[in-house]
Amino acid sequence: MIEVQHLSKKYGPFTAVDDVSFRAESGEILGFLGPNGAGKTTTMRIITGYMPATGGKATVAGFDVFDQPLEAKRRTGYLPETPPLYPDMTVREYLRFVAKIKGLRANVNDRVNAVMKKTWVTDMADRHCGKLSKGYKQRVGLAQALIHEPEVLVLDEPTAGLDPKQIIETRQLIRSLAGTHTIVLSTHILPEVAQTCQKVVIINKGKIVATDTPLALTERLRGSATIFVQAHGPADEVQRALQGITGVVRVNVTDRRDDVGNFDVDTEKGIDLRREVASAIVRNGWGLLELRPMGMSLEDIFLSLTTTETEAEDLEAEKAVVDA
Amino acid sequence: MRNTLAITQREMNAYFASPIAYVLIGFFALLFGWFFYVPLAYFAEQSGQAGMNPTQALNMNQMLVGPTLMNTTVIMLFLFPLITMRTYSEEKRSGTIELLLTSPVTDVEIIMGKFLGAMLLYGAMLAVTLIHMSVLFIFGDPEWKPIATGYLGLLLMGGCFLSLGLFISSLTKNQIVAAMATFGVFLMLWVISWISQFVGPTTQTVLRYLSLTEHFDDFAKGIIDTKHVIYYLSFMAFGLFLTAKSVDSERWRG
Repeated sequence: MIEVQHLSKKYGPFTAVDDVSFRAESGEILGFLGPNGAGKTTTMRIITGYMPATGGKATVAGFDVFDQPLEAKRRTGYLPETPPLYPDMTVREYLRFVAKIKGLRANVNDRVNAVMKKTWVTDMADRHCGKLSKGYKQRVGLAQALIHEPEVLVLDEPTAGLDPKQIIETRQLIRSLAGTHTIVLSTHILPEVAQTCQKVVIINKGKIVATDTPLALTERLRGSATIFVQAHGPADEVQRALQGITGVVRVNVTDRRDDVGNFDVDTEKGIDLRREVASAIVRNGWGLLELRPMGMSLEDIFLSLTTTETEAEDLEAEKAVVDA
Repeated sequence: MRNTLAITQREMNAYFASPIAYVLIGFFALLFGWFFYVPLAYFAEQSGQAGMNPTQALNMNQMLVGPTLMNTTVIMLFLFPLITMRTYSEEKRSGTIELLLTSPVTDVEIIMGKFLGAMLLYGAMLAVTLIHMSVLFIFGDPEWKPIATGYLGLLLMGGCFLSLGLFISSLTKNQIVAAMATFGVFLMLWVISWISQFVGPTTQTVLRYLSLTEHFDDFAKGIIDTKHVIYYLSFMAFGLFLTAKSVDSERWRG
């Protein structure tokens, strides 16, 4: 269990984290989402006891990270943004060292072997950490975080630098760890959150802008439901016909070419009008080419939450998404 | 304690799994050999002459061992910044400091682990010089007690250098900066007593007291004066204390 209350961190006059509160229940995966420089890493560093907060409090597995740092750290596994590897040690030596400083005394070898197997690095066990590829480094970093079977895992961009296959494997691994571990992971990759997390915290400029499940977040921000329709027929008539259905708020023609038109049909919230829309088109003898409900994707939500006011900020957030 | 030993072991690994330890020990042995050979040659020549004039007794400890050990402190001045420069700077640059500071280990345990690691490497360097000393015992008849106090003095003085180097390394991410600054401070502490003849008597006493090497003289002569032992031990403790404060303040500043 991780609980963060009114956490803030200032670097001189600059506020990196501003009154952040959230809670991850035992066995839950919480996704920490935000553009680069939003304060994700700073928050994670405070939770793991790397640095103290300027204000507020963080509790890990029931222990205050500031007042009882050793107890909290004993129960936390942390993968920083750059995997903290010693290039001159082999993977096995490195994991044995980490096991020792994490307080593991018995069965160190067994633990090292088990965790190497779990993170698929066994074949590199006797290779020097400095000679590993980025993907392997990341996985050894993950192995390091798991070595002492911590209750809480804090993973700062766990899939950064991995190839697509490794990303899928790592996400599977993280999902398999949920239940026995409480996991906080940060990312600026949106599908990652949708695929792995039960709860999303969106943070921007040090402030939390939304906390919810990925599904509820999509639901909440949708406002009204939209159905996308592509039909073969005279666009104006189709528009009029669709407008006539009860429950339809507005019909926008987004594209018309020859006799084929694209329509966005906004409906009132909570009712499903797909059947009515389809039958209206068929009744009039037009051709129904495509019909699907449009949910707001996490990308849209993310952008709408993190981009406000100015143009420059828009561009910045867009860049963050493109980078992802 | 176990944590400290784990970190010491890791430090030793860093020294001995890389060329650092071998290059340092190699050059230390070379320079020590030279500093040993020069007074040895002089001593051999003098004792040859003394053989013809038996009224003059030559003391191997005073003429050979003492000066050699004194000169060893010069080698330390140059080589020690290279031992300590990586201790914290490297961890900061590579990010492994995040692993240490988020592990259930106290700052003091980390610092002591690193200090002990550096001391062990220094011990290995000194151990090589025992070969030279054993040569004296084979072919001559030196007093062992002044040699032992000399080595004790070297260990204590080395500890001061290392604790200070550790502190300076904890201030920067850059190993070159750490090495340069450490060297500068060492040299300053070395020569600080040079001005003593031009200043008033009180300042003179203070400056001579501050100088690391002034305290070594007695050890080289075979005297263990608690004044000097306490000076060295408190110097070391102060260096380690500064390191602890530096690591802690780094946390707050982020």
